[in-house]
Order: sequence, then structure tokens, then C-alpha cells
Amino acid sequence: MFLKDYFSTIYRSIKSLLTGMKVTGYYFTHPKEIQTEEYPDNRPTLKMADRFRGEVVMPHNENNEHRCTGCQACEIACPNGTIKIVTKQEIMPDGKKKKRIDTFVYHLDLCTMCNLCIVACPSDAIVMSQNFEHSVYDKKQLKKILNKPDSKLMDGVE
Amino acid sequence: MSLLLSFSFSSLASNIHNLLAAAISNSFLLLVTEMVITGITLISFLVVLCFFLGYMERRVAAFMEIRLGPNRVGPKGTLQIVADTLKLLLKEGLTPDSSDKFLFNLAPIIMVVASMMAIAPIAFAKDFQLYDINIGVLYVSAVSSLGVIGILMAGWSSNNKYSLLGAMRSGAQIVSYELSVGLSLISIVILSGSLSLGDIVMSQQNGWWIIKGHIPIIISFVIFVIASTAEINRAPFDLAEADQELTGGFHTEYAGMKFAMFLLSEYINLFIVSAIAATLFLGGWMPFHIGGLDSFNHIMDYIPSSIWFFAKTFLIIFIIMQFRWTFPRLRVDQLLTLEWKYLLPISMVNIILVTVMAIMGWHL
Repeated sequence: MFLKDYFSTIYRSIKSLLTGMKVTGYYFTHPKEIQTEEYPDNRPTLKMADRFRGEVVMPHNENNEHRCTGCQACEIACPNGTIKIVTKQEIMPDGKKKKRIDTFVYHLDLCTMCNLCIVACPSDAIVMSQNFEHSVYDKKQLKKILNKPDSKLMDGVE
Repeated sequence: MSLLLSFSFSSLASNIHNLLAAAISNSFLLLVTEMVITGITLISFLVVLCFFLGYMERRVAAFMEIRLGPNRVGPKGTLQIVADTLKLLLKEGLTPDSSDKFLFNLAPIIMVVASMMAIAPIAFAKDFQLYDINIGVLYVSAVSSLGVIGILMAGWSSNNKYSLLGAMRSGAQIVSYELSVGLSLISIVILSGSLSLGDIVMSQQNGWWIIKGHIPIIISFVIFVIASTAEINRAPFDLAEADQELTGGFHTEYAGMKFAMFLLSEYINLFIVSAIAATLFLGGWMPFHIGGLDSFNHIMDYIPSSIWFFAKTFLIIFIIMQFRWTFPRLRVDQLLTLEWKYLLPISMVNIILVTVMAIMGWHL
């Protein structure tokens, strides 16, 4: 019984060691499997993952219109105080006053890319972009205003 | 092409000898000059070899871990290791204040000297051997175990708990695995009937021992590779260094060139172990011969003997490198269990098998 255990231990360990060596040997002989991204060199062809969270951006359409209603749900949802929304009263052509955003301030240096603001947004006004090259020489450049100058709220978004 | 085929290290060596003999008439002076030339050639060869092995190890490791490895400095990263060596040269050779300074500085020298001494009886090519000592196998196994003194010295003199732990582990490990290495070497000595590495190579003219010796020799080859991996302190037996637990083990306190000497001796040891395995089990510089097929043997003879030797050596170096990048490190108790409960009894039984085989003449 002891000898049987002894030799079966040897057999099993050699088998498992050879299984491991087979894996490394396979990778060694198949350089196509290499996962390394040679980042600065492959910049033109670099493809980030679909759900990669680079930074918060506000998409604008060709008429310079965004979807942000200024409801401040994102500002409330943000755990770090990254987002600050300044609103203003705008007079519509029919004479009614409506709340519109003046500036959408986004502090990239405070953001942890937790995605809570995007989840909170009821009108899908903000999304996470794929851009990850954020380094700048001046900290002030990390404070971003997401709505473009003279941009308007898209029609039909309330 | 014919010039290339007729080239051999032995003719080169004898040409240099004739040239020097013509220039220097005093025989003692001639001997000293030749010794100095040999020493410088050997040391520069070993340094270049270590550069190559360092580069090879990084690339092999990278490819096995699906990475690229060094590929920025020089073409395909070949100059990376030169850059690293320059960095180590420029660093301060620090000696800790509370260390035993004499032993601390002596330890790396002992390591390098012990590993360089073991290269003497190795046959690099046909008739190209530094010193065909008639107890070559014994000499190599004796000298290569001197390295543990360097490790213990480094660990003790550093006055550092990690260094001491690493050195003590290394002592237990090398003393244990020496036995299996010796017993697997003996199995070849029994078959070839000689301790001289030159004679052992010549005894494999009609086939390498690993082919001629059937299963017992294959077992002792496997045991030799495992035990010698442990003896040169390479992963998965790198308990003496164990970066994750001991921050580098016995060479924790070393920096600069003293650290580089430990690295140098590690790679020289790797080369020696592989060269010994290639010489004893795979026929050294002997081309691949099959008894009876004369035309095939003749074609194999056209490949220079030095290429045969280095091809076999690097095959074993590659296998040991693959061990390092495949297997996880053993615990101390597992390490000793492997040696005392598995490798040693198996190699003892194996010795009996080989002896019976040699007496009955069952080998080819």
C-alpha cells in the first residue's frame, strides 16, 4: 500500500510538471500569442476595450447640441465632488423661462472613473470616453468644461 | 566553405602554440605565457557567455510568459544586458557598516573562483580541453560544492537576518542535493569505466549514454538535471534567494560589481552544470552516431564538434530555464522531502540497476 502511494505520487507529480512545461513550451513556440502592447509605437492601431473608462465627456451633435438638461443628478451621484454644474435661466421664444446649463465643470484630477455619474444621468448626456492620455504639465488643465461654447440643449430632451 | 569545415579549435590552439614556441625559447616562460593567454581567453569567454545567458534568460522568460522582454536597447534588445552591466559598474560597491568587512568582500570572489575552477576539465571540442585531469568528474563535483562556502560566507558576514536565512537554507539544500548529483554521475562512471571527461566522451563513440544506457540512464539524467538545478540555486529551488520572502537572500546587502559577481557565478554554474550533463549523458562534442549506419555517421561528422557541444549544452540550459519559468518555488520541507524521500532512494536503486547492466553487458 505504501509503495503504491509512493509511486503514484511520483507519477502524478511528473505528469503535472510535464503539463506545466507543455503550456510554457506552447507559448515559447507560438510567438503569435504574445500579449504585449508596444504602446507608444502602436498608437495609431491601439484599440481600447469597449467598457474602458478614460474620462467623462459630453457628446455634441453636428448642430453643437448636447443632451444635458442640468438636472444635477450626476453632481449628486458623484462621491468625490468631481462634477459642478452651473445653471442659468434662459427665455424661450414663447416667453417661458427654462433652466439650462451654463457650464458643466469636470475635475479630472478628482475623478476615480467610478461610472456613477453616467449611471445616474437620466438623459444619457455624458459618457465615458476611450481617451487615457491625460498627463499635462499644469494642474489647472485638468479642470475641464464639458459643454462646448454656445452649445444648446437638443430638442426633445427634457 | 572547405576552410570553414576544416576549422577546429584544436588546430587553432596548436597553431597558437607553435607561433608562441617559435617566439619564446624559454620553456617556462612559454608555459606562463600560454597560461595567461588561456586565462584571459577563458574569462572573456565566460563574461560574453554570461551576457548571452542573461539576454537569453530574459527573452525565454518573456516568451514563456507571453511577453516580449527587452527589445529597446540595441537590435532586438541585445544590448540591454550591456547597459545593465554598465549600470552595475557605475554603482557604489557598498559595504555595510556592521558587516564583517573582510568576509563580506571575499565571498563574491570565492563564488566566482569556485565556479570558474570547475570549467577546467570540460571538453569544448574535439582535442580542445583545458586540462584532461584523470579524475575530472570527481574534480567537478568537488569544486562546484565549494560555492556553498561563498554563499554561507556572504550570508553570515552581511549581518542581516534575510541574508542569514537565505544562506542557511542554501547550505541545507546544496549539501542534500550534492548526494543525488554524485550518485547520478556515478551511474555514468560505472558504464564508461573512467572518471576522465575526455575518456567518457570517447566511450560514447557508438552512441550517447542516454541512448545506450536504456531507462536507468534516462532516470539518472532526469535526477541529475533536477538535483543540479537545486545545486545551482535556480528556481524552483531558489530558496536561498527567494526574492518574495527574503528580498534576495544571501545577496541582499550586495550592490554594484559585488552583486554582479554573484550573478556571474550563477550563470557560470548554469553553464557548467549543463556542460557536464551534455558531456556525460549526451556525448559532449561527439556527433550523433548510430552504430552500423556508416554514411549517416559520416555526414554527422561534418558538423564541427564545438557546434555539437554547444548545441547540447544550450539545450539543457534551455530546459533548466524552462523549469524556472514554469514551476512554483518549493517550501523548505518539500525541498528536503523531494531529495531524501524521492531522489536519493530512486538514484540508489538506479545505481544497482546500472551496475547489474554494466556487469551483464546489457548496454549497447
